[in-house]
Amino acid sequence: MTVENTILICAGGACISSGEQSVKSALEEEIKKYGLDSVIRIVETGCMGSCNLGPLMVIYPEGVFYQKLKPQDAKEIVEEHLLKGRVVQRLFYKGPTGEIKPRVKEELPFFTRQVKIVTRNLGVIDPSNIDEYIANDGYFALSKILRGSPEQVIEEIKKSGLRGRGGAGFPTGLKWEFTRKSKSNEKYVICNADEGDPGAFMDRSVLEGDPHSVLEGMMIAGYAIGAQYGYIYVRAEYPLAIERLKRAISQAYEYGLLGKNILDTNFSFDVELRIGAGAFVCGEETALIRSVEGMRGQPVQKPPYPAQRGVWDKPTVINNVETLANLPVIINKGADWFASIGTEKSRGTKVFALSGKINNAGLVEVPMGTSLREIIFDIGGGIPNGKKFKAVQTGGPSGGCIPAEYLDTPVDYDSLTKLGTIMGSGGMVVMDEDTCMVDVARYFLEFSAEESCGKCTPCREGTKRMLGILHRIVEGEGKSEDIDTLEQLAISIKDTALCGLGQTAPNPVLSTLRYFRDEYEAHIREKRCPAKSCKALIAYTIDPEKCVGCGACARACGVNAVIGKIKQVHQIDQEACIKCGSCYAACNFDAVEKVDAVDLVEAR
Amino acid sequence: MDKIQLLEEQLEKIKKQKMESGDEILTALRASQELFSNSIPLEAAEVISEVLKVKINRVYELATFYSMYSTKPRGKYLVRYCESLPCHVVGGREVKEALEKTLGVKTGETTKDGLFTLEASSCLGLCGVGPVIMINGETYGNLTPARVREIVEEYRGENS
Repeated sequence: MTVENTILICAGGACISSGEQSVKSALEEEIKKYGLDSVIRIVETGCMGSCNLGPLMVIYPEGVFYQKLKPQDAKEIVEEHLLKGRVVQRLFYKGPTGEIKPRVKEELPFFTRQVKIVTRNLGVIDPSNIDEYIANDGYFALSKILRGSPEQVIEEIKKSGLRGRGGAGFPTGLKWEFTRKSKSNEKYVICNADEGDPGAFMDRSVLEGDPHSVLEGMMIAGYAIGAQYGYIYVRAEYPLAIERLKRAISQAYEYGLLGKNILDTNFSFDVELRIGAGAFVCGEETALIRSVEGMRGQPVQKPPYPAQRGVWDKPTVINNVETLANLPVIINKGADWFASIGTEKSRGTKVFALSGKINNAGLVEVPMGTSLREIIFDIGGGIPNGKKFKAVQTGGPSGGCIPAEYLDTPVDYDSLTKLGTIMGSGGMVVMDEDTCMVDVARYFLEFSAEESCGKCTPCREGTKRMLGILHRIVEGEGKSEDIDTLEQLAISIKDTALCGLGQTAPNPVLSTLRYFRDEYEAHIREKRCPAKSCKALIAYTIDPEKCVGCGACARACGVNAVIGKIKQVHQIDQEACIKCGSCYAACNFDAVEKVDAVDLVEAR
Repeated sequence: MDKIQLLEEQLEKIKKQKMESGDEILTALRASQELFSNSIPLEAAEVISEVLKVKINRVYELATFYSMYSTKPRGKYLVRYCESLPCHVVGGREVKEALEKTLGVKTGETTKDGLFTLEASSCLGLCGVGPVIMINGETYGNLTPARVREIVEEYRGENS
């Protein structure tokens, strides 16, 4: 019998954690019940990108998109859609303005505005099946380059203008050329899959959704530099990625695409997995190498660069997951095609992970040079609940915050550096008016202080001192000289820390000081938190005009701090209140307000 | 077979697998954690040192540098909540508080029945569905304090 419907279910990490497995088994059960299992094919794909709509599925040939599924929806999908050909409208995506979109992938800017190179196979193929990868041009690039010389590959990648997607943006072809020129009988390719930046999840999605593209990329790199071995260093926080990589590696061996004399040539290549153990610093290349060798992941001084002396003291190329996944497409479609996308100094596309206060959280791939406004508002759907955009954080703990006035900046490596932040791995955490920028800076410094490996003093001690000051400021105990001290410390750490992570650790503070200095000043001088977020500086009160005396706030309060009889105006006992915000969330009449604690004291 | 023997067997396998020497200790530590309820007790460290022929202080050095290894006993279920910024801005703090309340322990502690250890985690990369937690290998997204209580009860139910 021929297949009548193919159902693609997103089995990316985010959809799985919102219940994809139980939806899938319920669907399979219903399909079996009606004896449809021979004509309906269910495929679990990689991440489709729209993580906050999950669990989700697309039913072909119609291309109907169902979202936010629950196991109990399976019956209706089978009985109505699959049997009777009637779509289930209530499971359609509804836009912010209420419009219904049945075929989201062809209709919604979130999907239509993307240009997919790295994520070409995500949500399209079954990542656990090598045949599906091969059917989508997989391993074609490998077979193509093996007929030419390694130097030709390096030339092609240099011409494409591809720069490392891990954060620093070093030209990939150049890195390869250095490693190729290093004399040694053994060389290595390492795939850096230790994606540690908070808010970045493109590497996880690619590893989970298209592991073979990373393997093929590694083989292309291996052939180019003359390496026989490859390691994939993946973090232990990604168990699903590890599982899918393991399967992909064993399938590639089975098909003779890894191992000795690949595709009957002289090229041999072996790949092994190395699994991290929760050290952020291992994302730094020299620390990563130490960790692969079974040592503490601590950075070492450069030079010598890994291109001269890397893992086991042999020349090593370290490329990020996204960089590697670009390679097969560049080889297949040509360097000129790739270079025609993006901006003059940043070619190709970039995958961004949108999170925080944004309507369409998830993964998007756009040409370099796309403006922040397009990414956050046109594609990302803007800020939820009618709130105002305040800033977007890029580059994780090494990056900074970009305020609203720069929303029209085209995003590439250089423009972000000019704004005092970095591209980083591509995480974008969107923040609205309720986010306190001093608290964000404190948050990142806490991260850097916690994750500092401890080897060099500026990073180990400096970040701690900065954190101490920031703690004081958000607690309302800032001193007038604090901003100057922060700036001095930041500059010394930047100048003297050993590795890239240490040198960039002060960036979140410097960038928030650059754009949101008034917020620091308000905390220090006036003891006010303009975003009304810092607990020590705010208080909750009840507006007697708006309170209807329903008692919802009193019931929500865990410490009995709300006083008042039912149907009468309630009040908050400031002595007892722990500022947990439960009453604020519980009130349906906007009667509970956040105010500056200083005003309350003055009023009394 | 007791756990020490199982670990010895695993270590022999690890020794055979490698294409390079010297990088087996981290893999061995993982194996120990899988056998000894998320920890590396002294007797396991001794076996690793013996079989892999490395000094025990090397084993200890690595077991204490990497945050996912523990030399102290941990619970059967490792409950790790993501404390990254994307989770933080969408209600991560409330999820953490709900976990501490439901489990009756603070971050870093183990419940009296030895079932759960609560830990903070670096970014789990599931930022689109925050706040997120991971219990052993399983991840749960879009959490609310109420959903946290349900999940913990499910795990408790499996062990009663």
